[in-house]
Parts: sequence; structure tokens; C-alpha cells
Amino acid sequence: MTKPILIANDKGFAQSAVKQLGLYAVCTIMGLAVLMYLLSLAAGNTGGGSGISGINVDDNSITITLGQEPPQLDSGRATDAASSSVLAHAMEGLITYDQNNQLVPGVAERWEIREDGATFWIRDDAFWNDSRPVTAHDFVFAWERVVDPITASEYAFILYPIKNAEKINQGELPKETLGVHALSDQILEVEFEQPTPYFDKLVAFFTYYPIREDFFGSTNGRYGADADMLLYNGPYMVTEWVHGSSMLWEKNPYYWSEEKGFLDKIIVSYITTDVNTKINLFKDGQIADTSLVAPMLPQAMEQRWQIDRVMDGTVFFLEFNHREERITSNLNFRKAMSLAQDPNELVYKVLKEAAYLPAQSLFPVWVQGVSEQFRKEYPPREHKIDVLKAREYLELARQELGLDEFPPIVFLTGDTPISLLASEYYQQLYLENLGLEIRIDAQIFKQRLAKMTSGEFDVVMAGWAPDYFDALTFGDLFASWNLNNRGRYSNEEMDKMIRIAQSELDPLIRMDAMGAIQSIIEEDVVLIPMYERGVSFVVDPRLKGLIRRIVGADVDYNYAYIDVSED
Amino acid sequence: MWLYTFKRLLQGVVTVWFIATATFIAMHNVPGDPLLNDRAMTPEIRANVEAKYGLDQPLATQYFIYLRNLAQGDFGISFTQENRQVNDIIREHFPVSAILGVLAVVFAAAGGVLWGALTAIYRNRLPDYIIMFFVILGISVPSFVVAALSQVSLVNLNSLFGTTVLPVAGWGTIFHMLVPAMVLGLGTMAYLTRLMRSSMLEIISSDFIRTAKSKGVPPARIFTKHQLRNAILPVVTVLGPAIAAITTGGFVVEIVFAVPGLGRFFVEAVQQLDYTVIMGTTVFYGAFLVFMVIVVDVLYGFIDPRMSMK
Amino acid sequence: MQSLSSADFAPIPNSQEVHGISRPSLSYWQDAWIRLKANKRALMSLYIVIFLLLFTIVGPWIWRVSPAAQDLDQVSQPPGSPRVALIVDDYTPWFGEGNPLETGLRTFGDPTTQVVRLQWNALPGAAGHRIYRNLFPLGPERAYGIPIGEFFDNNTLFFEDRLDLKPQNYYYSVVALGQFGELLDSYELIEVDVKRVTTIAEALEQELVSHTSNFQIGDAIDMAWHPLGTDYLGRDMLARLMAGARVSLFIGIGAPFLFVLFGVMYGSIAGFLGGKIDQVMMRFADFVVALPFLLFMILFKIAFGVGPGESGVLPMLVALVILMWPATARLVRGQILLIREQGYISASQLLGAKTPYLILRHMIPNTLGVVLVTLTFAIPSAIFTEAFLSFIGMGVVPPTPSWGSMSNEGIKTMLTTPHELIFPAVIISITVLAFNLLGDGLRDALDARMRNQE
Repeated sequence: MTKPILIANDKGFAQSAVKQLGLYAVCTIMGLAVLMYLLSLAAGNTGGGSGISGINVDDNSITITLGQEPPQLDSGRATDAASSSVLAHAMEGLITYDQNNQLVPGVAERWEIREDGATFWIRDDAFWNDSRPVTAHDFVFAWERVVDPITASEYAFILYPIKNAEKINQGELPKETLGVHALSDQILEVEFEQPTPYFDKLVAFFTYYPIREDFFGSTNGRYGADADMLLYNGPYMVTEWVHGSSMLWEKNPYYWSEEKGFLDKIIVSYITTDVNTKINLFKDGQIADTSLVAPMLPQAMEQRWQIDRVMDGTVFFLEFNHREERITSNLNFRKAMSLAQDPNELVYKVLKEAAYLPAQSLFPVWVQGVSEQFRKEYPPREHKIDVLKAREYLELARQELGLDEFPPIVFLTGDTPISLLASEYYQQLYLENLGLEIRIDAQIFKQRLAKMTSGEFDVVMAGWAPDYFDALTFGDLFASWNLNNRGRYSNEEMDKMIRIAQSELDPLIRMDAMGAIQSIIEEDVVLIPMYERGVSFVVDPRLKGLIRRIVGADVDYNYAYIDVSED
Repeated sequence: MWLYTFKRLLQGVVTVWFIATATFIAMHNVPGDPLLNDRAMTPEIRANVEAKYGLDQPLATQYFIYLRNLAQGDFGISFTQENRQVNDIIREHFPVSAILGVLAVVFAAAGGVLWGALTAIYRNRLPDYIIMFFVILGISVPSFVVAALSQVSLVNLNSLFGTTVLPVAGWGTIFHMLVPAMVLGLGTMAYLTRLMRSSMLEIISSDFIRTAKSKGVPPARIFTKHQLRNAILPVVTVLGPAIAAITTGGFVVEIVFAVPGLGRFFVEAVQQLDYTVIMGTTVFYGAFLVFMVIVVDVLYGFIDPRMSMK
Repeated sequence: MQSLSSADFAPIPNSQEVHGISRPSLSYWQDAWIRLKANKRALMSLYIVIFLLLFTIVGPWIWRVSPAAQDLDQVSQPPGSPRVALIVDDYTPWFGEGNPLETGLRTFGDPTTQVVRLQWNALPGAAGHRIYRNLFPLGPERAYGIPIGEFFDNNTLFFEDRLDLKPQNYYYSVVALGQFGELLDSYELIEVDVKRVTTIAEALEQELVSHTSNFQIGDAIDMAWHPLGTDYLGRDMLARLMAGARVSLFIGIGAPFLFVLFGVMYGSIAGFLGGKIDQVMMRFADFVVALPFLLFMILFKIAFGVGPGESGVLPMLVALVILMWPATARLVRGQILLIREQGYISASQLLGAKTPYLILRHMIPNTLGVVLVTLTFAIPSAIFTEAFLSFIGMGVVPPTPSWGSMSNEGIKTMLTTPHELIFPAVIISITVLAFNLLGDGLRDALDARMRNQE
């Protein structure tokens, strides 16, 4: 008889409730507006910029992105790509590279490399950004500091060709004994530990950049930690650095050369790694250039962008674990794994990156030989996939190892999309072609390195980026004493050839040794070449003179200028 | 009440110590080596680096040094950003996450209560269906899909107008915050809407509403004093964790929209096994969370007089 | 003013059938089930959930395609793309031989999805050449498309394109390069129609033809059928979705079930007992709740150290349970504290009800609504957590598929091959929706207070 009173159905109640809610809503929105205003004031201090555009013709400035926050800008201790990118614009070494990747004078006006040492004559118009000249003493101080054990520089080894460097670094000698002397403010004299014909290429590397002693002393151990904790001698100087968010580079008025540094300002506004974000920013006209990955290419074509490409110098390969207790120490097993795969399929069908090249050798295609491409002078052996032969080798290996069945192969790899994609491909490939079970071990960077160092893998997907513009940066990788030889490959013949390649002055004999190293790697299947990395990228058509590099900064804006005529 | 608050704060300090210890133990059991890098180090260089970070000390000593520094509010030096204090990193990046988080929470809470109340009032009628459709959409699509789609929409919006209406990424102004905050708050807003709706419905059919109604209390008063206030209770309970989830869960939004927040930094630190940053960030967030929970509990006492706080 | 007769005052005969209760007595759960059945949305959702479980468990028995098998001839194919392919010879290298009399940019042999072979004559003033491929004709912007190859000498005048060829029209350009590799103005353009082909070896491997059947080069065959298309490695999307369902539903249902169960027990005990025990228990919950969730999920992920060949599903499940129970416990405790103050509990206690009875009869049924809402939301949030971890590269380890990692992969190509994102994203959404509506229905059906309002 009594119906329950459902208040919700009561029209009057609902109406008044909605009115009430409406009132709250209006208050909330007003409150929100005020709150957002206050927050934006607060956020003003946390960096970023607004209303910027990729190319600003009026200001003569551009806006770019950087992959990640540079850990620090101390040239003596930097190890990573982001720092090297900034340093390549903010500082200059004795020798540097021009638009066509040729060595040209930097701070040194001219130089001479002999069997026992080298001499550099420093130009008198090279200045720091506080108007004082760059002198030979700045180099002596910087280099002594790098090899000083207290500095704990991870790149100290790159100075080892200098006399006593290695011993100083190991604490056996005082740092003053380093074979580098300032004969005057203008003349820098270097003594070698052993002949180092490629020393001119080494000094272009950032670890060899100068540091001025009095300024370094004034930073209280915070050298390179902030924009004002660094002295600049490059075309640009960092004037603002909001950590994790943005940087401002401005033209360095004291820089000597008129061929570099045409822009007044470079705003490094979005420090981001997300490629999708970058392409959206570029589409929106907020950044001057961006790199592209395979899935974005159709979109880029639709936008009618002028896509460019360049090799970034890095070679990727499957490195075997050559430690005795591992199956992969068996040569026939390695041959089987090598014959069962085809890098062409990997690059063309799986990775689908237009700028990648299927790798044929540890030495990438851009490496120079005696007078032309190393690849042409010492062509690598041609590889052809042959599953049947691979199975024969596998059977041989099985008998040699005395196994009934192969245990699963541990395949160590990184956690980047590309390495996961490739390892998924290999897993299925080896299952189908050889019946081998691959266990993918995907690890974050440091854990992968730890496992590589301790040898907890059968095969590891590795890459090697060049430190300097010479074949040796790849050639000495599998020396038995090289700590980066994570698979512990050891071969006397190989070691002998590497010694020749390191110290031989005759370029012909030296390159022959490199060729021999390449043959040993092929003969012994030390590794399986995967691909040479390249990058597809797109630049705002108004920005000219941008250079992508194999060593040093990935993208070099030193020669970049805005061309108004195309606007 | 004040005594209660003080007691809770004291407990909070103990909790933070607990978190610090748990993080320390967890971190030192993580396989891998933070000092390794692309280029292998000689043992001599390695020893120098280890000494710099005090890694050459026995673990117990490391722990006590860590606690002592923590008590002084010093999280140490970053492993990857060698010249930066973890304190600086937190000071520079946390405000960004916090601003984004606060905005998202306000969006979520205001929107959740509002929509929730509306759907309850219009239960099973058109407004209810419309709102619930969006709520369902909001909770059933993964946040990174929403973030990516909204960024693409922004690009299209901007190219439609031929100018930058709303920036597609970055940080600095209100306009940079708007979309990321909404995306960040969307899931929680949907969650709160549903919670609000169900608790409103429970209250509507309860006796004291009927009593108030028959007593002749004006509808507006019933709605505000009885229904809304009671219905908000469960919402407030989950608000503490929600705030934490939002402020610490900004990773996706921070990555997609290139916001320089602490969350993104933490992910990078983990990838690099940057011990001090990971520990510092975790302990800091833990402390922040503890504080939020205390605030919410104290608030709860104010809102619900039935809860005794002794 | 009705007239009454004496008959109206006659006593009613004694009857056994007193004003009886006509409805049969129903138990709590029977009643709930009846009301759930009346709720169409909830019932639909229940069917969907059952379908999802069948899809996961029975699906692989019906659609017997391996989720790991790669069909590299059909990479990223949307559903319903044409499948007819011609059989051609295996690929053999080509070193630029051809008819020297022809001039201009031209193709050599038939352009197929296996290879497109281009030849040209040296462009005037060129020190090298760069080859571009485009999906669109050349416009005034001089956007040639993707650079697919370059030669810094003037002797190499041929190029083989094998990069991810699709059966469609391409516009190839060859552009002159200057001495330092810079682009010059002269170029040539050609339009090429690429035909879909496959090889005998590939056809055998994909089991499109049997060894015995009679076929030869030039025959047309149907490529493998993928009802929902393929992913970036040419793997069958349907099979991947089924395999992914196992992982996603295992984490999505398993973890919430475990931690809600634990949370309810924990919270109700704490809430009911109150006092010191409550204090201690809640302190512990506070401690766990104080661990920043996502940060610790990531920490656990690297601390557990997923080994070679492991999928990383179990550590994720454990981490979820360890970290997520306190929210439920707190909620339940709050409800219990509220209920404890209610009059009927005191009444029940006065009537001599024991603690277990109070918990079972009053506390748990009265908190079920809230718990179910929590559980409902915990399932999607667990699925999302998994997806989120995939997004930042800390999720399940490939090749183990999960819906989250699939949508994360799909997001990279969402503008070009949207089906790789749509299918996993839609199935996630449907699952979440189904569990939500089902939870709604259950909440309404189980709420003891609504029982008498029919």
C-alpha cells in the first residue's frame, strides 16, 4: 500500500539539486581559473618557453630538441651523446671537422705529427668567452686532469697514446710526468708512448678539449654542472640551462672563425626522447628538425617533407661468447648460426628503416682505407644464407660437443624497441631454420652491461659507435686485452695484427693489418654483422647548413644559417 | 584533534624510515652495476669512481651514512649527472610534477563529484547515459592511448587554425598544462564519478533522507547537508591514494607531452640504475604520500563527525 | 449511505489458509541472481566476460595459428587486404646488367614485392646519385620521398630496392649529388606498379601449398589468411590477441582477485576489532600504501630480474598483489567502522550475536557493494598497469604478447596501420567495460538494503 518514496524521482528535488550543483560548478570553474593562473606563475620558474617557433627569422634563432639531458658538460669526464652534442657547439679542440667531415684547423693553426710525438701551433685569435686567449697551458691542464686518477675519467684511455698517460692513470706516476708540454703560450708539444699515426683524429675528440686552470679552480668542483660553471671557446655558448627542460645557446662573440656560428640563438627547448612527440612538434612548426623512424615515413611523405638521410657511424652485430664453457665457443656452431641468417631480410623486412644498411663487416661502409673507401680496398666476404649447410655445421657442432640436443641459447639484448624487434625475429628464425631454442634475455642498459661483463650470455646484441674517424676505433675491439671485448675472444694472430694497426706508420701496411683483422673475424665467425645504423631526418627548408655527423655531435648546427629566400 | 595530528605525523616519520630502509635493501639487491658504461673501465679508474660514491665501504657503513645524510635531507650526488645533487634534481623537477598533479586532481575531484552527482540525480535518464558513456570511455582506454590521441588531435587542431592554438608539447604556460592535466586526471575523474554516483544512490534511498524530506527540510538543504556531504565520504577516502597515484603516475603524460617532471626523470634513472636518484626519488615520493594520507585522514575527521579521533 | 444486510455481519468461516506469504523464501544469493538477470546490461556483460574466457581458453583450439609464426611477406597487413600472389624464383643478387641501349630511369625485370630493380644513366653534372621512393607524385615542394640509397661515385648506375615493398604504386626518383654529397637540381622520376609475389620456399614454409601439389613459377596462389590482419612482424593478429588475452586476463583478473580477497579480510578484521590491533594493522597498511606504487612496480621489475626466456608475468602479479591490497583494506575498514556504529549491529549484539556471525551476516554483505566496485575497478587498473609498464619498456618481455604491449606497439604506427592499435585497444576497452557493467549489476543485485524495495 505504501509506495516507497523515491526522492530521485521527485522533480522538484532534482531541479533544486541541479541548481545547487550548477552553483558549485560555476564556483569550481572560477576557482580553477584562478588556480591555473597561480600555477602558471609558479611554473614560470620551472623553465620551458611559450610561443616559440622552430625557425624565427626576426630573432635569427632556431628551436631544437635534444635526446636527453646532458649529464654534465665537463669535457674531461663526459661519455654520452647528449653531452658531446652540446660540447661540439660550445667548445673547440685543437683540430675539428668541416662541413665535409675533413679535418681542419681548430684552436691549432697548424700541426705536425712525427713518429715520437706531435707539435701544435695555437692560433692567436682563439679566445675564451671572457676575452682571454686560449693557450697551450689550457690543454696541458685539461689533459693532465683527464689522466689524473682522482678525476676518474672513463675516457682516460683515449689519451693513452701520450707518454706516461696509462701509468699516471694507474697511479704509478705523478700527473706532471705526462708527455705534454707548453713550450710557450702558443706551442704545444706532445710525446708519444708509441707511434700514433692517427693522433690528429684523436685530438678532435671532446676528451682532448682545453680547460682553463684558474676558472676550473673557481668552480669548486662543479665544473660543467651549470651554464655559468663552464668557459666556452666554441661558436656558441650556453647562457641558460634549466635542467631537464631547456637550454639556451647564444653566439659566442669571441669565437675566431667567421665560417661558423651564424645564428644568434639556439633554443634547446624540449629535451625529449619520444619520437612521436618530436614529429608532432615538427609538424606544428615548433622545432627546426627531427629524426624519423620507419612507421612515420608514410606520414612524412604525405606532408611532402624533404627527407634526408645519413649514416650515424654505429655498427650492430651479434657477438658470441667465446668463453670455453659456452656452446658458442664452438666454431661450427657459430658458422651454423651465421649461415642460417640474412642481414638483408633483417633490415628490409623486419626493421624496415630506410636509412639502415645491412652490415657486411665489423668495419662500416664509411671507414676510409689507404686512398679510398676501406670497403672497396678490402671487400668483405660475401654472405649468402644457406640453411642446409647451416644444418650440416650444426650437426658437426653437436657431435664435437657430444650433445644429444642443444640447450636453449641465451640471447642477451637491450630493452629498446629495435633490439626487442630484432631479437623476436631471430628467435623465430633460429627455431625454424635450425630448430634452436632462443631464450631472449632483455635487460635495461646497466644490467645488460653487467651480464656482458660477467659473461652471462651465449649471444649478445651489441653495437659499437666510433670514437674517432679511423678504422682502428673498430679494429682493436677484439684484442684479447680490450675490456670491451665482452665475449673474451682471444686469438694471437688477431692481437698481432692489432698491434701493427696501432703503431705502424706506413698506411699501406697498417690497412693491410686492418684487412687481416676483417678476414680473421670472418674466418672465425667472431660475430654476425647485423646492420649499420643510419637516420632519416627532416629539416625545416629555411634552415641550411645543418650537418649530421658520424663522430662528435649527431646533429651539428655550427654551420647552420636561416635562408630567408625560401620563405 | 591536534594531538591526533601530531601522533600521525610522528608515525609518518617512522613510515618514511621504513620506506628508506626498504628502498635501500631493494636497490642493493638489484642485479646490475650502476658504474658500468659503454666503454669499459680499467680496474684503477673503477676504484676511483667507487671511492667517489662511497661504494667501497661495507654495506652497513653505507646504510648508516645514507640514513645520516637522509636525516639532514641530503640525498647525495647523482650517478649519471655527476655534478648534480639529487636534492637539486628533486627541487627542479618535482614542482613540475606537482603542478601538473594538483591540476589533474582538481580536475578529477571537481569533475568527479559534479558528474557523479548529476548522474545520480538523473539516474537512468538521458544525462546519466551521456555522462556514463564518457566515463566508460575515460576508464576503458589506456592512458597512453588517450595521451597519444589527444596529442595528434592537438596537431590537427593547430593545423586547422593555421596557428598554435594549444602547444602540442612542452612546459611553461597555462596552455601547456591544460591538455596534459586533463589527460592525467581523466581516469581518476571517471573513477570518482562512478564512486560518487553509487554512493549518492545509496544515500538517496536511505532513511535519514526520507525523514528529512518528510520533516519538510527544503530540498536544497537536504541535497547539500545530507546527501552530498555523506556521499562525498567514500570519495575523500580514495582521494589520498588518488593524489599519490596521479602525482607519481604522471610518467606517461610527462613522456608524451615532454613535460620536465620528476616521473620521467625517475624512469630514466631506473634505466641507468642511478642508485642515488632512484633512492632519493622513492623516499621523497614516499614521504610525500605519507603526508597526503595523513592530511586526508585528518580531513576525514572534519567531514564526518561520526568518526571519533581519539 | 449503503444499505447493509445481515449477511454482511456473518462471521467468516475458519480457514487454514491464512493471509499467507505468497512468494517463496529465497536465499540472499538466489535473490541476487534473480535481480542480476533482470539487469540487461549486467547480463550482457556477463556473457561478454564468458565469451572472453572462451576466447582465451578455447580460442587457440579453434584458430590454430601460432602467435609466434612470422609471415614476412605479409607484414602489417590490415584485415581484408587482397591475398593473391604470383610465385617467383628465389631472390638472386643483381649487379646492374641489363640493356645498355635503354636510357633514362627505368626498371629491370618485373617490379615485385620481392625486389624492384632500377637503372639509369648518369645525370648531367652529377658526382653521385641518390635514389628516393615516394608514395605520392612529385609536387612543387620537390619532396622526393624517402631516400633509400645513395652512391658517391658516378660508376654505380643501378639500385635494388628491397625495403618493405607493398603491392602498390611507387614513384622512384634518382637525384644528382654534388661533390660533397649535396643535392643538385637534376633528377628523373618513374612510376612503378609493384605486384605481390612470393617464392616456392616461402609458400611451402607457410603451408600455402603442399609438397605434392603441382604448381610452378608464374602461378597465382592465395597467401595465408589473417582475419584480423598481421602485426609488424607478419604475425597473425587474432592468434596474438588470444595469446595476449592469457597474459592480460591472468594479470588483470588474478591479481585483483588475490589482493581484494586479502584486503577484505585484512580490512574487516582491523575495522571490526578496532583498538590497538586496528592501530597496528593500519600502521602496516599505511606503510605499504606509502610505497609509491608505480615506482615500486618498476623497482620490483628490475629487482626481481627477469631471466632469459622468462615472460615476467609472475613477478608482475606478485608485485601487484604486494602493493595493491591496502587500498581495499582501508576502504573496507572505513565501511566497517561506519556499519559498526549502526543501530542494528548493537541490536544484534544485544540479542547475543557472536562476532563471526556479525561479520558474516552484517559486515561482509553490507560492504560487498563497495568491495565489488573496488574489484571492478581493480581489474582494468591491473590491465592498465601492465600496459603502462609496457609503455615505458618495463612490461612483459617479448615475445610474450599482452594486450598492453600490443597496443603500445600499435601506437607507434597508429597513423599508418591503425588496425595494430585498434584491435588490442578495443578489446581492452570491451573487457574493462564488461567488468564495469557486470560490477554495477552485481552491486545493485547484492546490496542488501535494496532487497526489500522491489
